[in-house]
Amino acid sequence: MFHNHRKNALAITVTALLGSSNVYSEIEVNISYLQQEIDQGPVLSNILPEPEDAGLQGAKLAIQDSNTTGRFLKHKYQLQELVDEDPEVLLSKAKAQYDAGIRYFVVNTDDQTISKFTETLGKDALIFNAGSTTNALRQHMCTPNLFHTIPSRAMLTDALAQWLKAKRLQKIFMITGATPEDKAYSNSFKRSVKRFGLSIVEEKDWSFDTDLRRTAQSEMPLFTQHRDYDVVFVADERGDFGEYVLYNTWLPRPVVGTQGLMPVAWHRVVEQYGAAQLQSRFEKSSGRWMNGKDYSAWAAVRTVAEAVTRTQTNDASTNEAYIKSDQFQLAGFKGRKLDFRSWNGQLRQTIPLVHPRSLVSLSPQEGFLHPTNELDTLGFDQKETDCTETRK
Amino acid sequence: MNFKKSLTALAVGSLLASSALYAETAYVSNEKDDTISIIDLDTMTVTDTIDVGERPRGIILSKDNSKLYICASDSDTVQVMDLATNQIIKELPSGEDPEQFALHPNNRHLYISNEDDALVTIVDTETSEVLAQIDVGVEPEGMAVSPDGTMAVNTSETTNMVHWIDTEKHELVDNTLVDQRPRHVEFSKDSKLLWASAEIGATVSVIDTASRKIIKKITFEIKGVHKDKIQPVGVKLSDDGRYAFVALGPANHVAVVNAKTYEVEDYILVGRRVWHMEFNQDQSLLLATNGISGDVSIIDISKMKAIKTIKVGRYPWGVVIKP
Repeated sequence: MFHNHRKNALAITVTALLGSSNVYSEIEVNISYLQQEIDQGPVLSNILPEPEDAGLQGAKLAIQDSNTTGRFLKHKYQLQELVDEDPEVLLSKAKAQYDAGIRYFVVNTDDQTISKFTETLGKDALIFNAGSTTNALRQHMCTPNLFHTIPSRAMLTDALAQWLKAKRLQKIFMITGATPEDKAYSNSFKRSVKRFGLSIVEEKDWSFDTDLRRTAQSEMPLFTQHRDYDVVFVADERGDFGEYVLYNTWLPRPVVGTQGLMPVAWHRVVEQYGAAQLQSRFEKSSGRWMNGKDYSAWAAVRTVAEAVTRTQTNDASTNEAYIKSDQFQLAGFKGRKLDFRSWNGQLRQTIPLVHPRSLVSLSPQEGFLHPTNELDTLGFDQKETDCTETRK
Repeated sequence: MNFKKSLTALAVGSLLASSALYAETAYVSNEKDDTISIIDLDTMTVTDTIDVGERPRGIILSKDNSKLYICASDSDTVQVMDLATNQIIKELPSGEDPEQFALHPNNRHLYISNEDDALVTIVDTETSEVLAQIDVGVEPEGMAVSPDGTMAVNTSETTNMVHWIDTEKHELVDNTLVDQRPRHVEFSKDSKLLWASAEIGATVSVIDTASRKIIKKITFEIKGVHKDKIQPVGVKLSDDGRYAFVALGPANHVAVVNAKTYEVEDYILVGRRVWHMEFNQDQSLLLATNGISGDVSIIDISKMKAIKTIKVGRYPWGVVIKP
């Protein structure tokens, strides 16, 4: 018996000298990251600005993570990044990169620019939307080579509505900001309200132009005056007035939506399921906290790297097929394995509900069932889209 | 870990010496309380709770059962507790964020995974000297040293690999790609097979040590539990070679696997988010830590059932048993 071990040990050493028994061939993978700087306009609540490199730092960390893995497989990942405010500059860069052979594109732009990317680049390019939450991209754009790692607004508002339902916060007072994005967020929430059987008791548009930092205490109670409501919903994506709704409502009620209790793709307070390690890696590499855009870009780059790791090739169509297959799974620190919806390329994921200092809950909520996958209770199920199952 | 043989040897010794006057004692690390709970297995009660470093996770006994090694992850150290006095007598350099570790059969070399730094640190427990640091994948987690002492293995959770380390040269010699988020690794007694759990992949891979290739992948299915909640973490092999027990995390069950045919024979209901396990000395009992419910389940192997639950601290993580 003991003799046998010896022999084994010897055999191992010999193999080690010859090179490891699991042999991998060298692969170099270039991933393009294109980010559009979007001017949000002046906001009232401007004390804590969003980081300008939101997204980029996530992509960079994913490259680091992937190269640590790649070192053992002789795979090398490189990020070709460009941040610019002009979508045309980004598009022409993408075209040049495509012509130079790059096939993986992580795109952090508005929805219109994403549509242009799908028109500009060849069908064999894999495009990952890591910036736009626009619902229409998931409902009506069934481009087979487009994937979304950032959740749709529908996923976010469904996650919130499930929680409201679970907490029996039935009657909702809605406040919607002035931008098209705010209206889109509100419309998405209305869909969720209908879906999960909640009711809206009042809808108001925010159109005030006073400086609420000084006058919120006198203006907000009057604005939210109503006989009865359980909760106040705010749609203010850029953070203009929403922060001033909290603690200033006519009735003392919780505030949810873009402020107060927020459904998000990611937040510093997410620590479960090994997320603490991702958070500390991110802080170490970027010097700040990881947000939803960072997470979405991270997930996009990791998706490409995970495919290359498993398929052992840089061939885009092989990897596209793998990403769409049942075999694909991404360990995304969200408590479940993550994969993509076959009909619209959306990354399935749990949605944390947070306030600035703590995680409150994680949707889908217990008891919201789905015939195939509970994660599909968030966002657009296949029947709710124009897309066919296969997206070929 | 794999020091059953020395445990047995020692047990025989202590039986002769003390005629089993002393009951077996279980030590449980409480990740969110920064404590170790001490359980008397005769009375099945917690007899003491000891303050230790921050975020204690992996714990192991020295081969002579006189010391407890504790990975105090957030204190960036491995603490050494003297089990005669329950005092921390030493802190070993561990590298940053030590999570799990394994003791070489030589009772000296501690192999520590440094989760934040993608390193395995090898420390001499006697001289407190760092012998080597080896680059591994992202978020190194599980550690094991083969009972024959020739090979150490480490899993990296985000790289999804089992890394093979030559214990003589302290060098990485090979990598085996496994499923998503590999957690725990456990060698068979004869060192010929390695069992590796993959939490998100929901599988346990059985790997041939000589070729470092996967020979079998075990999957799990529990009626009424969504497949995504089946997340294998801890693995424990019985000395008689009959069983492998696999803790299935948020599925709240421990799977009983036939270690010869690799068939899953049973699922034992335990507490919430079951994590790591340990046998008592004669292997009639298996203790399992339940993170979310904050307790330890005691499984009777003859009945394949949890017979008792003992409340410990917040988020119990690791468990060892001193004969």
